[in-house]
Amino acid sequence: MRRSQRRTSHLRFGEKSKLVNILEVEGVEKKYPGVIANRDVSLTVRQGSIHAIIGENGAGKSTLMKTLYGLIRPDAGEIRVFGDPVTLKSPQDAIALGIGMVHQHFKLADNATVLENVILGSEPSRFGFVIDYSQARARLIEIAKTYQLDIDPDESLVNLGVGERQRVEIAKVLFRGAKILILDEPTAVLVPQEVTELFSNLRELVNKGLTVLFISHKLDEVLAIADDITIMRQGTTVVTRKPSETNKRELAELMVGGELPKPKAGVENISKDKVLSIQAATYSRSDGRSILKDLNLDLFGGEILGLAGVEGNGQSELIELIMGLLKPSTGSVEVLGLDAAQTPTKDIRNAGVGYIPQDRQRDGLLMSAPLWENRILGHQFSSPMASGIWVRKGAAADDSKRVVSEFDVRTPGINVLASALSGGNQQKFIVGRELSGDPKLIIAAQPTRGVDVGAQAIIWEHLMRARSRGAGILLISADLEELFSLSNRIAVIHAGHIVSTLDPAKTTPEDLGLAMTGAKSA
Amino acid sequence: MTKNRIFWGSVAPVAAIGTSLLFVYIILTLRGVNPFEIFQLMVSYGFNPTSLVSITNQTVAFYLAGVAAAIGFKMLLFNIGIDGQYRMGAFFGAVVGAAVNLPPILHVLLIVIVAMLAGGLWAAIAGYLKVRRGVSEVISNIMLNFIAAAIIAYLLSEDLFGVLPDGSQNLQTNKIPLSGQMPTLKIFDGEVYSFIFVAVFVGIAYWVMLNKTVFGFNLRATGLSFRAARSSGVNAPGMIFITTVLSGAIAGLVGLGTLLSDTHSYSMAFPSGFAFTGLALALLGRNHPVGIFFAAFLWSFLERTAPVLEFEGVPPEITIVMQGTIVLSIVVAYEVVARINLRQQQRAVGQVNAEVSSDKESK
Repeated sequence: MRRSQRRTSHLRFGEKSKLVNILEVEGVEKKYPGVIANRDVSLTVRQGSIHAIIGENGAGKSTLMKTLYGLIRPDAGEIRVFGDPVTLKSPQDAIALGIGMVHQHFKLADNATVLENVILGSEPSRFGFVIDYSQARARLIEIAKTYQLDIDPDESLVNLGVGERQRVEIAKVLFRGAKILILDEPTAVLVPQEVTELFSNLRELVNKGLTVLFISHKLDEVLAIADDITIMRQGTTVVTRKPSETNKRELAELMVGGELPKPKAGVENISKDKVLSIQAATYSRSDGRSILKDLNLDLFGGEILGLAGVEGNGQSELIELIMGLLKPSTGSVEVLGLDAAQTPTKDIRNAGVGYIPQDRQRDGLLMSAPLWENRILGHQFSSPMASGIWVRKGAAADDSKRVVSEFDVRTPGINVLASALSGGNQQKFIVGRELSGDPKLIIAAQPTRGVDVGAQAIIWEHLMRARSRGAGILLISADLEELFSLSNRIAVIHAGHIVSTLDPAKTTPEDLGLAMTGAKSA
Repeated sequence: MTKNRIFWGSVAPVAAIGTSLLFVYIILTLRGVNPFEIFQLMVSYGFNPTSLVSITNQTVAFYLAGVAAAIGFKMLLFNIGIDGQYRMGAFFGAVVGAAVNLPPILHVLLIVIVAMLAGGLWAAIAGYLKVRRGVSEVISNIMLNFIAAAIIAYLLSEDLFGVLPDGSQNLQTNKIPLSGQMPTLKIFDGEVYSFIFVAVFVGIAYWVMLNKTVFGFNLRATGLSFRAARSSGVNAPGMIFITTVLSGAIAGLVGLGTLLSDTHSYSMAFPSGFAFTGLALALLGRNHPVGIFFAAFLWSFLERTAPVLEFEGVPPEITIVMQGTIVLSIVVAYEVVARINLRQQQRAVGQVNAEVSSDKESK
């Protein structure tokens, strides 16, 4: 009863005027220990509009969306729906207010039909316990007709492609009476034709009075579909623009921030020897999806090559190709003169490759083993950690102590389990380990993610020292400050391809922003 | 540090056995029997010389099953196929041992190697299925246990490898000649299998391999984190396969004490159930060679003393209840101890951090 009243009132507003502010966010703040995820976030969304929110990874988009969907409770600030302040304690509260979320990763059951998926969790019932399928089907068909969503209620989910699954997710949210739809990077999983189809669906939704919040970092798409564009940077909303008043260049600059840090002075002695050479490498997953396309990359001794790019553009696969953990579909990957496709990972490591993985707890540590054993990990095939078939506990213990003191790892001793340390200290230990033995090539993936400023300075210092010793470093990072401070060159990866290689001294924020979002004009 | 580790290592098993005794105490009291009398009876029967010989010989077999299971556990593998692997080892050891004539020590050595190969190769089927086809080793090993039993039953028929001795209903393989037999040791007036030395050697080799060698490091690393091991350069799927084979090879030794020192031939009378026992022992002994020894001894003791309970009107199944509660409580106890340990370490780490920051402030 309450719900139907609210629905009619929404419709009345929608018919009256499109200028009503359906959703207002003011001064929202969310802090986690050591991190400010959102601060002073303000946003005004007009009813019947497509409102895009753009920003880099870590700019705070997801935190804001989770706040609006009731998954996170903000520390400060106000959220108003139709001018009334609301408190969202859970997604149920959000749904009751007409806010629905279409997740990036679909939450659908494969072995059920479209109709069953749509009603799951909000089944209309007869006598309180029998599911009323005929009513449900009628409502779903009506929704599909009203919003011109092409779905068949009785189709089984297994037969559906990604685009169709996304429509089911949208229908699911509409079935629950959503008036505001939040779409979290909806185009990330779609091929271009599906994107076109999705956009026409979204247009239809707003024509019928619904409102769409659209999260993205693809500038072309945002300019094509949005009515308003809000840019987020470093946890806060910077400004809101209309597509007609702006262009890609300006948006990129706003996303990245006005000033990029300048490279730190340092004597360069880049050698002529390639420590890493990737020629025309491609990689396709077993399901046929192409991840890396015609990728070329050269890294010389004594330089740091930054790899910039929005996450998920093939960085992880590139790293695994270099470490011999994946084999390229075509093309060649040469690491210190070895063909990585034909060389086991242990031999690549033995040749003098240090590897700082981006997921330190899963790929870089044995969490329930003591530190001294973790010092051996990745170095167990060569001296000094091993001699012949034996591991050398004494050498491991001594060198663990050295790493602990040189890298300021805060631990009472080397017999402590890795899981007992904080993330930053785990990372310092890994960096210390991977820089031991003077590696000639260092793969550093997100080396300072989640570590405090002090630890960051230590890690940067050691990476630069390794460069001075003549090591070539591939620095994969989402932190622009890190990329600009350390790199001699910055390669930009987009959709599995190196789209451009930039000189950090001459690069402007908008150049980098444009290149990262895949704009051709950079 | 070492003292501390031994303390924390033994706290859990002692607590588990205590819990189990308490549980049995309550059951016996409720039956109107004096628990202390029963416990005393078990101890006095269990520690008479004849019992000790039988317990020792049984401990050898249990111990090897426990080590086989422990190798698997280190890789997070649940080797429930120990039964089949042990049967294959004992059977083919017996057949080959009876078929050849070699000088004494070489003959025994050959039987041991054949038994390990048979157990290892049988386990390799499960290893291959897991690594290449993603089949859970639990499922495949249960199947392989049945298949092994069926294959051996078939091979034991009279027109193949089986013989029926006079006055016996029990098909068995040909006797292994004297050169292929192992002597027994005259201890406690009885005959203790000299195969006990092999068991001791296996225990030491297991510990050295695991803690001192690169292979052992890789094995443990793969068990702790498949992805981290892979990133570190370990051929992780290969390690899983090799570990499965190794576990099977040790399981292949389980029946050899009886075979080489007692029966000298394989028959259908060889006991079963080593898989569950082995897994329980590895769990109780915390995959440590010394821990598994104590666990194996305890298990043998309980099995030996169960029948005397009947004389007192107590169902012998009470020992199974004891074994069950021990295993159940040990799992809980280890988890509790592990958490206490981690919390202590985290507190220690926290103190270091606090000291560092107060140092900085005072500067």
